[in-house]
Amino acid sequence: TRRQRSRGGFWCVNLFSCAQNSELFTLTYGALVTQLCKDYENDDDVNKQLDKMGYNIGVRLIEDFLARSNVGRCHDFRETADVIAKIAFKMYLGITPSITNWSPGGDEFSLILENNPLVDFVELPDNHSTLIYSNLLCGVLRGALEMVQMAVDVKFVQDTLKGDSVTEIRMKFIRRIEDNLPAGEE
Amino acid sequence: MAIFSVYVVNKAGGLIYQLDHYAPRADTEKTFSFPLDLVLRPHDERVVVAFGQRDGIRVGHAVLAINGAEVNGRFTADGKDVLEYLSNPANSPVSIRFGRHRLSSNEKLMLASMFHSLFAIGSQLSPEVGSSGIEMLETDTFKLHCFQTLTGIKFMVLADPRQTGIDALLRKIYEIYSDFALKNPFYSLEMPIRCELFDQNLKLALEVAEKAGPFGPGS
Repeated sequence: TRRQRSRGGFWCVNLFSCAQNSELFTLTYGALVTQLCKDYENDDDVNKQLDKMGYNIGVRLIEDFLARSNVGRCHDFRETADVIAKIAFKMYLGITPSITNWSPGGDEFSLILENNPLVDFVELPDNHSTLIYSNLLCGVLRGALEMVQMAVDVKFVQDTLKGDSVTEIRMKFIRRIEDNLPAGEE
Repeated sequence: MAIFSVYVVNKAGGLIYQLDHYAPRADTEKTFSFPLDLVLRPHDERVVVAFGQRDGIRVGHAVLAINGAEVNGRFTADGKDVLEYLSNPANSPVSIRFGRHRLSSNEKLMLASMFHSLFAIGSQLSPEVGSSGIEMLETDTFKLHCFQTLTGIKFMVLADPRQTGIDALLRKIYEIYSDFALKNPFYSLEMPIRCELFDQNLKLALEVAEKAGPFGPGS
């Protein structure tokens, strides 16, 4: 199993890559989204809530990630992209998206996900055509990076749930967060 | 007990967790008749021994209790000034408990926030660019080890100078924090950590680190 193959340091974190647990994870996420749809009645509000919840997860998850993966500070956006795709996504979702479509200035890139564990078995009904089902992920990325002093904009530009061939997340570097820098980082 | 204390400081420099892991040294309680053969003087908010040592009472020890009742800073339990009380012959014989003053939680808060500021000086003084802050502070009785995460949280461990394995312990404390504090949805970020599981697991980690002792893997 994936858990056996993953390195010793990542004990208990590869919950989502373990075959038995991914069903529960997919079902839990689905229950969350459908409840939000009932509570908020319009897709835009649900999208915002998912982003907010993702943000609250991200600000906590970053510490778990740093504590377990031991990666050092990234000094440019390319390093950041690598760490996100090859270490973070692997660790928490068991997938390794590919990094493409770099902007000429090196401040924007896309993550292409061949498969998305959150949407296993999901079909978007017609009355929810503007719902960004996996928007939680955008919030997670935004929150996590904010805690390491990077302000980014994250959004889905392609979604297999909407008929696209792949799921594409676009990440844009906005600025370095200069206030409250930890000592030694100035 | 070779690991003395653990401090966790949030990004703003506020102390959010503190644990003392050493057995406090015994206090000394003795009965005295007038006049006292120790010289006492006020210091900050306490009354301390300025001169005279006997039977385990040392210079610098504070008056902790009089006649069994704990003193409140410079005043007895019933509000009288301690030095006045002790200089009145009518009050002798009197039983006084002396001991090393333990830091109050306010004092710890202040010291932690002071260290937070000092930590930055380490990187400012450095001749090299991009230096870290203060990672270790050494005195003759203890070493203070500090680890700052990329997110700005500091974990500090005060230990015996000969204790090894503190770097690994600091990383372990970071893991325990990310598990039992952060994964607890009822814990708010940057606030004081009041999670039972965090306490328990931290104490366990300290015991494991102590057992490894000075003969364990190098720090």
